[in-house]
Amino acid sequence: MQVHKYDVVIVGAGGAGMRAAIESGQRARTAVLTKLYPTRSHTGAAQGGMCAALANVEEDNWEWHTFDTIKGGDYLVDQDAAEVMAKEAIDAVLDLEKMGLPFNRTPEGRIDQRRFGGHTRDHGKAPVRRACYAADRTGHMILQTLYQNCVKHNVEFYNEYYVLDLLLVEEDAVREDGTPYKQKRVAGVVSYDLASGELHVFQAKSVVFASGGAGKVFKTTSNAHTLTGDGMGIAFRRGIPLEDMEFFQFHPTGLAGLGILLTEGARGEGAILRNSEGERFMERYAPTIKDLAPRDIVARAMANEVREGRGCGPNKDYVLLDLTHLEPEHIEAKLPDITEFARTYLGVEPFTDPVPVFPTAHYAMGGIPTNISTEVLQDNDTVVPGLFAAGEVACVSVHGSNRLGTNSLLDINVFGKRAGIAAAEYSKTAGFVELPEDPEAQTRGMLNGLLGGTGTERVAQIRKELQDTMDANMQVFRTKESLEQVLSDIASFEERYKNVVVQDKGRRFNLDLLEAVELGFLLDMAKVMTVGALHREESRGGHYREDFPDRDDEKFMKHSMAYKDSSATTESVAGIRLETKPVVFTRYEPMERKY
Amino acid sequence: MTSEMAEPASKIELPAGVGGGGEIPTFNITLRVRRYNPEVSEEAAWEDHQLTMYGTDRVLDALHKVKWEIDGSLSFRRSCAHGICGSDAMRINGRNRLACKTLLKDLDTSKPITVEPIKGLPVEKDLIVDMEPFFQSFREVMPFLISKGHEPTKERLQSIEDRERFDDTTKCILCAACTSSCPVFWTDGQYFGPAAIVNAHRFIFDSRDDAGDMRLEILNDKEGVWRCRTTFNCSEACPRGIQVTQAIAEVKQAILARKI
Repeated sequence: MQVHKYDVVIVGAGGAGMRAAIESGQRARTAVLTKLYPTRSHTGAAQGGMCAALANVEEDNWEWHTFDTIKGGDYLVDQDAAEVMAKEAIDAVLDLEKMGLPFNRTPEGRIDQRRFGGHTRDHGKAPVRRACYAADRTGHMILQTLYQNCVKHNVEFYNEYYVLDLLLVEEDAVREDGTPYKQKRVAGVVSYDLASGELHVFQAKSVVFASGGAGKVFKTTSNAHTLTGDGMGIAFRRGIPLEDMEFFQFHPTGLAGLGILLTEGARGEGAILRNSEGERFMERYAPTIKDLAPRDIVARAMANEVREGRGCGPNKDYVLLDLTHLEPEHIEAKLPDITEFARTYLGVEPFTDPVPVFPTAHYAMGGIPTNISTEVLQDNDTVVPGLFAAGEVACVSVHGSNRLGTNSLLDINVFGKRAGIAAAEYSKTAGFVELPEDPEAQTRGMLNGLLGGTGTERVAQIRKELQDTMDANMQVFRTKESLEQVLSDIASFEERYKNVVVQDKGRRFNLDLLEAVELGFLLDMAKVMTVGALHREESRGGHYREDFPDRDDEKFMKHSMAYKDSSATTESVAGIRLETKPVVFTRYEPMERKY
Repeated sequence: MTSEMAEPASKIELPAGVGGGGEIPTFNITLRVRRYNPEVSEEAAWEDHQLTMYGTDRVLDALHKVKWEIDGSLSFRRSCAHGICGSDAMRINGRNRLACKTLLKDLDTSKPITVEPIKGLPVEKDLIVDMEPFFQSFREVMPFLISKGHEPTKERLQSIEDRERFDDTTKCILCAACTSSCPVFWTDGQYFGPAAIVNAHRFIFDSRDDAGDMRLEILNDKEGVWRCRTTFNCSEACPRGIQVTQAIAEVKQAILARKI
């Protein structure tokens, strides 16, 4: 057994992980474990911008940003967290600029800002220019800049080390009111070195999860192949709850049929969505801010246009993103990458022809619950000492039931930084927790089970069927029947998964084996998402139930908390216990959400 | 553009057939992949697969079809699948490209499509190479902003023109398509290679940076920019359209101008 000891171990090298590493690496002995090379992470695919109320081009303030974030999340946002994020956004952008990020500039040389969906002046009066950007590759520039600064600070990376288990120990403890409970503490993680096939145990005082999302539960998605919910799945299997998993964002403008993202910044720069009749249909759904309504509203509107027969193309199954009235030089300067995507992948010239688009699965609002200090919670309010999470894998919750565009790049920077500092500071006073006996046992068992399997089921086939049913039944429109269909499908996939075959029996770069492991996480995550969606009999933000089309604050103005629990049954699904957690309110009363 | 965008009439006439679409044609290809697995054999070998693919499919889709439906042991890196993460640079029909950005229909499908690992880096398994030497060169050029003097409370100012000066080289995704297409790099693994120089260029020409001289000195080394023989392979290989050879030429000129 190979054991490494670090003060801080960070799992994941996207925006949140590397932002954390820059802070932690300067304060404590830190290792970053990542299943990809750092610059391969999906932060790099983010395009449009990162909002902060710099007020460089027009009047703005962080309180408006806080309000927009809360309203955008349909009031399921924890308002203290949204306030932290909007307030610290300004420093987060300035930090990146000082690290070298090449933002686009105003004629005065300041950081330029543009419009984005749901970001408004004075509580919804009109769109505001709040998104700081670097052409349409803002995420790319953030990822590169953070990696550059990791190089500068000699951050230690373990590249292509897949973290497959979280080592927690439990101690008997007593609450203030006298009730006994099991206190979890973090001891480290178990990882698999892709190059050699060997397991490595990392003992650490602090562990930061920053491993990203789980978009590959869907077929049509903007997400990378590698976004398989590993971090969420590992935590869930070890008894950490997952919060608000039923809320998944569908980005309105994915390239039709492919799901490749076209930034909302296109609409921020003036592009317009049209149906087969040439109508600017968003006028019907959001009369004030139209195409710049939040993503859940635009995605639903698009799906509705298609459903009512106003879709385009031979199968009438997409709508059009029209940039043709914009100046080609303007598009080339502000949106070079997405125009190239349209040309490369669909053969459409965006200067002269509208681009076929349809909603694409984009972002998990839910995840591992944390407080605003990024400490992971093992229930509604008990912190797991030494365990932290930030970015898409986490749920603080700043996005509530629908994330505003640009707020994820903000989230990773604000809470990544907080996590890095908190993890390093914690490690200065804490000792190492003793590793459990045979810490690799569970991981070794899982891998040997998959390698030694004699079944005939193919990983890719099960994954495809999972993605198909999720697209058909768990997407923009949901009903009791559609969700029950998903759950019954997943139950059969789980049976088939037991007979899955891994053809590659070798030790070197066995990605065949890892895809089988990843499928296990995908199945777990799809199930948790769907159980939550079935239980939440209301419509809010990204979760729309046709059989319950209204928001129901009375019954559902609360976070859902899904626990793995072998003795529980929720919505006829064994093994999951669903609880709730109150939403934190500071100053904003829930209102009807109109744009 | 600072003026307000013209608001088009809310409804327009769309020309017939706008937005492309139509039935997606299928066609047959032969995918010829270079296989190598030292756990099995020290010898690399070509392997052919006959596949039926769709008109919108890319080389990555063909590789996935083999891996997912025929032989799970075929190994290659990939992640984002739309040309931004830089994982899947490989040599396709003798040219370095990203597999996720190369549409099959744009290749000559009447002949086998050859796919092999990028050259000049040690092959680990099938299409996977050891990227460490590549990243080592990147790290050596001090690829991070170094700014002397006091930090401003707000952002540093930079004019639109100054920002534009190094825009092209900020597009680099570190995929290694350029470096591993360079004949000098193939014969001399010590050469920094185009990607490292591109990333040095990105800072040398950034008006906010104060360490240009140090980087120029590093690149003035015998394994530095002077090894470049201007064969333009790198510019042709770059999936991001960066004018790599021009960037190298600008660095050479900067070294001469500063007379280090």
